[in-house]
Formats: sequence, structure tokens, C-alpha cells
Amino acid sequence: MAGPAAFLIGMFVILPFVFAIVLSFTNQRLISPNPTEFTGLANYRQLLGMATLTLDPVKDDAGAIKMAADGTPEYPSIRSFTRGNADYANLSGMREWFSFGWGESRTYVLARDVVFMKALVNTFIFVLVVAPVQGALALGLALLINQKIRGINVFRTIYFMPVVVSIVVVSLLWRFIYDGNSGLLNNLISAVSFGAIPRVDWLGNPNTALGSVIAMSIWQAVGFHMVIWLSGLQTISPTLYEAGEIEGASKWQSFRYITWPGLKNTAVLVLIVITMQAFAVFAQIDVMTNGGPLDSTQTIVFQAIERGYGKQDISGGSTISVILFVIVLSISLLQRWITRERA
Amino acid sequence: MASITLSGLKKSYGNAHVIKGVDITIEDGEFVVFVGPSGCGKSTLLRMIAGLEDISAGTLNIGGIRVNDLPPKERGVAMVFQSYAIFPHMTVRENVAFGLTIAGDSKEMKEAKVAEAARILQMEHLLDRRPSQLSGGQRQRVAIGRAIVRKPEVFLFDEPLSNLDAALRMDMRMEIGKLHKALGATMIYVTHDQVEAMTLADKIVVLKDGLVQQIGSPMELYHHPANAFVAGFLGSPSMNFLDVDVQAVDGRNITVANASLDPVTIAAQTGSYTVGGKARLGIRPQYLTPAEGAGQLHGRVALTERLGAETVIEVTLSNGSPLIAALARDAVFPLGTEIGLTFQPSEAHLFSE
Repeated sequence: MAGPAAFLIGMFVILPFVFAIVLSFTNQRLISPNPTEFTGLANYRQLLGMATLTLDPVKDDAGAIKMAADGTPEYPSIRSFTRGNADYANLSGMREWFSFGWGESRTYVLARDVVFMKALVNTFIFVLVVAPVQGALALGLALLINQKIRGINVFRTIYFMPVVVSIVVVSLLWRFIYDGNSGLLNNLISAVSFGAIPRVDWLGNPNTALGSVIAMSIWQAVGFHMVIWLSGLQTISPTLYEAGEIEGASKWQSFRYITWPGLKNTAVLVLIVITMQAFAVFAQIDVMTNGGPLDSTQTIVFQAIERGYGKQDISGGSTISVILFVIVLSISLLQRWITRERA
Repeated sequence: MASITLSGLKKSYGNAHVIKGVDITIEDGEFVVFVGPSGCGKSTLLRMIAGLEDISAGTLNIGGIRVNDLPPKERGVAMVFQSYAIFPHMTVRENVAFGLTIAGDSKEMKEAKVAEAARILQMEHLLDRRPSQLSGGQRQRVAIGRAIVRKPEVFLFDEPLSNLDAALRMDMRMEIGKLHKALGATMIYVTHDQVEAMTLADKIVVLKDGLVQQIGSPMELYHHPANAFVAGFLGSPSMNFLDVDVQAVDGRNITVANASLDPVTIAAQTGSYTVGGKARLGIRPQYLTPAEGAGQLHGRVALTERLGAETVIEVTLSNGSPLIAALARDAVFPLGTEIGLTFQPSEAHLFSE
């Protein structure tokens, strides 16, 4: 009986999983006349290679610091270290990721793959914001709709609706909402502020693009987690609340002493599910920003697909997937350990 | 002072009237048992006193103050639930101290009060366990501990022993009785078990369909039931009822008979009777004895249950109706044998239709 299921799982889950790991150690391309070669950890070095370089300002013959046109000290060009400089062979091919000043000198953090680093950072920001905010918001909604009020099902439906609609459709709609000229959000803000707040191109501005995608993502999936919280809430016996009421517990105290401890297992589930979903963020990025502007919304999965299919670098894409797998696995294990039953 | 007065108390859910006007006065320190079949509204009445259900009409006074609209915590009551309702994620100590934690008592005060409650209930060794490691009886002990630790003036018990097995139920029943004597607080206890009602109560309130049938001490209710329902509800095995015809009326002395009952004159305590009318004669099984001769009641033995110290005989009377007799000795009655039964008229009860 398990035959067909095992076959399908093998074909579409286990086989690709094994393939991704194997391919990440090769130079396989999607379509290539050249034979596949085993390249060891080259892909990982290429993706994760990082170095720092501390430079002193350029000084003129008199020993004074040379100033650039904008009045800041001038530093030697990074390219002179990373391009064909035999003394700094380990920096060869790297690019500047970011830099910070330290006294007179300036430290440059170089990465072999700056776009991937940005994707990594953006994904972590995405997860760190979405997981707590979405989880808390979903719990709040679940508490609101876990009441016996006439018409409560209408609210349940409204909150759950975005979950049912395809994320691609939702993303397209939100592109209109976020539109820089006549988007709903801009119109709303200018109407409320009587035009005092200038219009913002939410998805076209590197400062607001990631935040906009995060806000929309939280709104879209909050209903799903609300339902999980709700099921957790309904496993708590009403008699416990009555006992609490008799003992004189206030609303907050019953939440603190009865509801929250009773939701512990649900909380672990919700947290892990949101974290895993957030790490896999792709569709919103693909539809709304394509990773831009200025790579401000690059994410890990978006990069994996962009490389594997866009650039036909299937081994590079596989390597990113494996790195993502390791990250998600370690974070899930960590969360489970932190939230474990203490004997 | 924590006397409780219920006057004209009513509860309805839409058109469904669950409590239809109940008047009860409970003195300070009294142990009152609400008893009745399931669905009679006894639990609802208790929950109304606790403040867990709204009062649709009438007045509820606790300690002389009208508490209809006060939340449970301001009524000074503690409640023990049938399902224990102890918090699964807390230790026994934390459970017992819950009310004190809510009230914001200091750690030392909580320690002292919990220790005292644990001593009274003999559960010092359980304090650091979790509810999942406790048996049913121990859990109910924890729930009682949580109730007594705040020293409330009124205790409410909602069928606290129904989830326990028979042996444990008897132990806990005695403990609750002792607890009442030790604390001297007013207690209201809801049960459908008439043995619990008879053994624990200072005063029993028999309820049926949201109405009080009779209020009184256990023996008052047992010996002078106000109606057939109360008579049938208290006592085990329950009272036999025979449909009889009224043959003569002389003041309160009524002479009744039927096809299997020789005429007998009963001093009726309740009801009104007319010659030629119908009535119900109630006789407790314990007051029936096999007659040497013909006896007042005639039938055949249909079933005997020998319990050693007691023998329960089911007799099919000559008019076809069943009758139970309980003898306080071991005896053998072969099935199908003719039997005559006799009773003292003063120990029978007569109820009008």
C-alpha cells in the first residue's frame, strides 16, 4: 500500500535532496557539453569566502593625508589588492561588501560573493522580524476570535482569507498597493496627512523595499498561524478558566497562568513553522522586486533559483540550497532545545 | 458570618427555564447538600452561587450582602470541581498556592499557608509532584487544598467524588466530613449520590426540574418525605410504590387496598384523598418482612440476591407489579414460591395522585 507514496516521495523529495548535496561538490551546469567534474568544496568557498583588509589613508610626500573631493580621506583602491596582486593572492576575485572606519585607518570586509552575503543578511532580517511579529499577531487574533460572539465566523473567515489566495496573486495586488505614484498605501497616507507626508516608492527604494515585503508577508500568512493557535486554545479545558476565575484571576493573569502554559506545544510548532517558511521566502521577492533595488531584497532561495535556473549554474544553486538546509536544521534544533520540556 | 440566602432564584437560557424560582436559607457553618437526578439544575444552582452563571431573576445574599452582580472573587467562595481543574503545568505546591499568587502574597506567607493546607490534607509528600504523577484521589485532594488555602467562608463542591472509584469515594467522603468539622465553614455540596447526601449533610435540598422538592435534615427527609419523588430518591434499594384504591377516609386515617394488598389503614402525612380515588402507597424494602401466614401482600419470588448480611428479594405481586424486600439476614427463597409479605402501617407512606 505504501508503494506509490514511497515512490513519489523518493522521486520528488529524497532523490532531489541527495542530488543537491552531490551536485554542490561538482561544477555541474544545467546544460553543458563538458563532463561534470568533482570540485570539492570550491562552491562553498566561492559562496562563503570572506576576508578583511585594513587600509591606511593615502599620504602625500609631506606625510599629510590626501583628501578626496568630498573632504574625506582617500584610501588606496580595493581593486589594487583584489586584482592580480601576488602579495594578496587570498583576496583575489573578492569585492567590497561593507567597510567601517577605525581611527585613521579603514577596515574593509570583502566577500567572494557579495550578492549572496546580502541575500543571507536579508533572509535573516526577514526571519527575525517575521517570526516574532507574525507569531504574536496570530496569537492576538486567535484570542480575539476564540470568543462566543454572534458573527465571529465572519471575522475568522476574513482573517483566514489571505491564506487561501495564492501568494503570487497577493504579491501582484500588493505591488499595486505599494505603487510609488497612485498606490493605495500612498493615497491613504496622503489622505490621512492631507498631503504632508510625501509619496514613497515603497518597492523602488532600497530603504523601504525589504520592510514592505516583510509587512505584506506577515499579513498574508498570519491567518494560517492564527488557526493553529486557535486549535491550541481550544484544547485548554474551560473548567481551568472557571477555577482561575473563582481564585480571582484577572484577564491578564488567566492568560499568564492558564492560557500561555497551555499553549506551550503550540508555540513551539508555530515558531518552527514560521521560521522554516520565512527562510524559504521566494514568491513575494520574485513577483514584487526581483531581488532589487540594489540587491536590497535578495534572499537565499531567490538566489538559489536565480543561479540554478537563471544562470544555469545548477551546482551553485545546489550549494545555496544545502547551506539553507544546514541553517534551517540548526535553528530548528536550537529552538527545540530552548523550548524543551524541563523535567 | 457567611449565611447564604437564595430567594426566588431563576435561571433561563432563552426559552429554556432551568431554575424556576428557588428559595433556600443556609445558616453559617452549615453543610448543605443539593441532590437530585441529572438535569435537575443542581449544578447550575451551585454555579450561580459561585458566580460562574448569571442570575436571571431573584436575589442571592452571601453574608447579608446582595452578590448577584459581583464577580466570583468578591463573593468569598472557593470551589472544587468534578474534573479537579488543577493546572497541569504547575506543581502541586504551585497549584495549591494559585489563589495566593493571584492575590500577590509574599513567598513566606505562601509557604506557610500551603504547608498548613498540606498538613490538614496529609499531602506534604506530594507538594513537589506534577498533576500527571498523581492519582485521581490525590488530584482531588490538591483541588481541595487550593480551595482551603485562602480560608474562604463558603466552600462549593460540584460532584467532587464522581470521578473516583468506590473505595476512594468513601475515604474522601469521610475526609470532607472531617474537613467541615475542622474548618467550620459553610459548605454547599452537589451530588446525585444519595449516600453522600445522607452521610454528609446537615441539611439536604432535593431538587427536580429546577424546583425544590423538600428541604430538611437527612432523617427528616427519610422518615417524612414530602412527596413520592423525595421518598423514592432517598434510601437504597429505593422505596416500593403500589397503586392503591382508597376505600375509606377517616380524618387523616386512610384505608387503602388493591388486588394483591389486603385493606390497611395508613395515617397519611400529606395529600388529600377521597373514597373511590387512587393513591400511591410507599413502603421501604427494609420494612417488608416475609409473613408466617398469608401476610398483607401476596406474590411469587422472582429473584433473590444474597449479600450475606442482607437478602434482597424481588417479588412479583399477584396483580403483576414488582416489589422489592430487603431482609437483614441471610435467607433462601426458592424461585417461584408463593410468598406473603407484611409491614407495619406506621412505616408506610401514602401519597395522593
